[in-house]
Amino acid sequence: MSEQTVPSAEPISPAAASASGEPAERGSWLSRFLGGGAGRNLGLVIALLVLFVIGALTAGDRFTNVDNILSILRLASIVGVMSIGMTFVIIGGGIDLSVGSVAGLGSIVATLATVQTLADSTSWLVMVVIAIAVGVIVGFINGVVISYGNVVAFMATLAMLVAARGFAEIVGNRGTLIVRSQEFIEFFRANLLGIPVLIWIFIIVAALGWFLLNRTTFGRRTVAIGGNREAARLAGIPVKRHTVYLYALSGLTAGIAAVMFLGRTNVGTSTHGTLYELDAIAAVVVGGTLLIGGRGTIVGTVLGVLIFTTLTNLFTQNNLNTSVQAVVKGAIIVLAVMLQQRFAARNKRR
Amino acid sequence: MPEFPGFFAGYIEVSSRQALSLCYVALMIKDDHEVPLLAVKGVAKQFGNVRALKGVDLSIAPGEVHVILGQNGAGKSTLIKVLAGVYTPDEGEILWNGQPVTIADPVAALQLGIATMYQELDVVDGLTIAENIFLGHEIASGGVLNRRKANKLTRDLLARLGHGDLSPNREVGSLSPANKQIVSMARALSRDIRLIIMDEPSAVLDSEEVKNLFRVVRELTSSGIAVIYISHRLEEIRQIGERISVIKDGRSTAGGLAVSETPTSQLIKLMTGREIENVFPPATPVALDAPEVLRVENLSVRGIFEGVEFSVRAGEIVGLAGLVGSGRSEILETVYGALKASTGSVSVLGDRLRNGSVHDAVHHGVGLSPEERKSQGLLLDEPIFKNVTLSSFARFARVGLLNERAERAAAREQIEVLELRPGDPDRAAGALSGGNQQKILLARWLVHGTKVLLLDEPTRGVDVGARSEIYALIRRLSAAGTAIVIVSSEIEEVLGLADRVLVIGEGRVLASVPATELDEHSVLDLIMEGSAA
Repeated sequence: MSEQTVPSAEPISPAAASASGEPAERGSWLSRFLGGGAGRNLGLVIALLVLFVIGALTAGDRFTNVDNILSILRLASIVGVMSIGMTFVIIGGGIDLSVGSVAGLGSIVATLATVQTLADSTSWLVMVVIAIAVGVIVGFINGVVISYGNVVAFMATLAMLVAARGFAEIVGNRGTLIVRSQEFIEFFRANLLGIPVLIWIFIIVAALGWFLLNRTTFGRRTVAIGGNREAARLAGIPVKRHTVYLYALSGLTAGIAAVMFLGRTNVGTSTHGTLYELDAIAAVVVGGTLLIGGRGTIVGTVLGVLIFTTLTNLFTQNNLNTSVQAVVKGAIIVLAVMLQQRFAARNKRR
Repeated sequence: MPEFPGFFAGYIEVSSRQALSLCYVALMIKDDHEVPLLAVKGVAKQFGNVRALKGVDLSIAPGEVHVILGQNGAGKSTLIKVLAGVYTPDEGEILWNGQPVTIADPVAALQLGIATMYQELDVVDGLTIAENIFLGHEIASGGVLNRRKANKLTRDLLARLGHGDLSPNREVGSLSPANKQIVSMARALSRDIRLIIMDEPSAVLDSEEVKNLFRVVRELTSSGIAVIYISHRLEEIRQIGERISVIKDGRSTAGGLAVSETPTSQLIKLMTGREIENVFPPATPVALDAPEVLRVENLSVRGIFEGVEFSVRAGEIVGLAGLVGSGRSEILETVYGALKASTGSVSVLGDRLRNGSVHDAVHHGVGLSPEERKSQGLLLDEPIFKNVTLSSFARFARVGLLNERAERAAAREQIEVLELRPGDPDRAAGALSGGNQQKILLARWLVHGTKVLLLDEPTRGVDVGARSEIYALIRRLSAAGTAIVIVSSEIEEVLGLADRVLVIGEGRVLASVPATELDEHSVLDLIMEGSAA
């Protein structure tokens, strides 16, 4: 400690910092890869490949043809979009049980007679905007209740799960509202480069989610808050406000899911999205996101969603009943979390 | 009684060393004539390719207080865990009353008679004192708990530890750290224990509570129980310890030195391998025209402290001295906006801070290094560089897009200046020693560029070597014009670093005195007077 420069109390300018050279990264490429998020996702990729091999062996061409692959992806798209928002909430140390019923509520509100009339006279995009706005508003309410009302996330969103479904039933009069706009229906029936629009939406949302989590200050704040809420607060991160944003984001993806329900079924009903929250949570957790927060990946979540939908498809192709499916899904969830624990323990000892 | 050849050998050993001091000879006799309670010989332990212990020897006599010294990362924790049965050693042997033993798991350690009090006290907050004490060996007949008997035994144990006033039915979560420690000790005593390992028991205690701890330790040793005592506070070791063993880099560098015979400088040298002359670097006087940076006026939090007023100038270090519970940490937290003030104001360079907003305080250039580094300061699973830039990553970003390259470079710069080890910005913060974790927190505010730095217990759990580095850093920061407020339960630290000391008692500022006019006794006197008034 003899001759050193006095650490400057002036802020270090980012430009000056980046100007100083970057020495070679240490550690072998392989160990970095296996230790990082990508390595953890490798196991999921292998699991997915195994499912494909089983599918190809048991159902042959019925499973491997392009139409079936696309139907797996289409099946994955709605719950997949919800799971992206859910990933953020869970990494941030929370949970959102309301997403399924929010999607139901969004689909109802967007197909109300008044909204559809407005859409007829202007553009079908009005329905899209309304559905998404419903999601964001409900998510915002969740966030405020959790952050500023100090209600535990599990209970706040459980209450919203029940309340939003009830509200959807009131608004929709327990009925099914049919989408009138042909342009809306056409748009969602279309293919782009041979891939249905629903799948494109999933791809775009996932890509944006990845970018938001890994490349923006929003993502860094999310990880910091989930990793150590108190440390994040004492470092000057506006924890409460950010928590509201997280639930609003989850509401946003639930709103997008509502639009996708309308696109797929052409009807709005309060039963859309029933139990989807559980599928979304399961996919996120199987995808390697820690339920206590602070760690998780978008790629893992996407793989988690694909594993579950591929599995469902595999069972249908082999004419196995849904009860068996449910049991196997349950087993997979437990197995995945057990493997995760082992990995976490090994990492700790490092 | 040892067998004849052993006795004879011991005799020769003694006579050959008669030139040494009488005390040393006495210790040799203690070592050779009585079978040590615990003897550790050449214990080594490896994790992956890290050799945590490379060869540690230890010999503990019945009824003694044996201090183990070593810097953070020297291998003390690993050694403790080997003795507690958490880890099994790769090499070496452990003798218990002269018999070789293997301690396969924590239950085996307890059955031998070894109890361990970890730093993070392993009591269950939701259970009562009695339930905690008999956790794992409940008093029951046929599976039905015998509450009455457990409560009675608990009362006896607590009385023996001088805490007969605690009710066995009290929930442990409502106890102070000092009393939790008593529960932890009572739990050890509830089993037939011959050796208690205490890992930094004084870290969470104030000086009054430490005195009581020492009384309890003496009570234990007088009934023949040996204590392994681990602490970074050398003055404490002088008070309570009988013999010292030193570990450096996983190897024993000294075993069984008599505390009273060994000067501090030698201990530091054994621990660090180098000489540290001045623990506290010399102060530079505050410039007369230095501007006032922080101003605190009539600050109160109902029920905790009231009417606190002080100001800090650029380059000045103000220390808050007071007992645990005097409100000193809460004052820092309120200045920082982490607690909401009921009255009063805080301003930085004339700008009034928004009450109860950390965000605003940080925005105005105030930084806090919190008391609980791990739970309040760090993201343990995240790399060093993200911890360093936790308050400033948004500044490195452009329109919300992170610039990790620049963040890493800034962290690397700090790693170099602060001699942070290991120096890899991508290493997880949780893997670092206490001293290096403290440096991360200092680096965070250096990168952010603070005008006011609030330090709450900056050297808790930090070893002697790293301590002097941190002291030097604090001094350099202050010389560069940062206004610093420091809280520490070690009065010596406050006096050694601060230019001015505010003595805090029962939530009030009792005195504001230049540090040069105070010594440890006068501070305690001021506290006592203030409490009496």
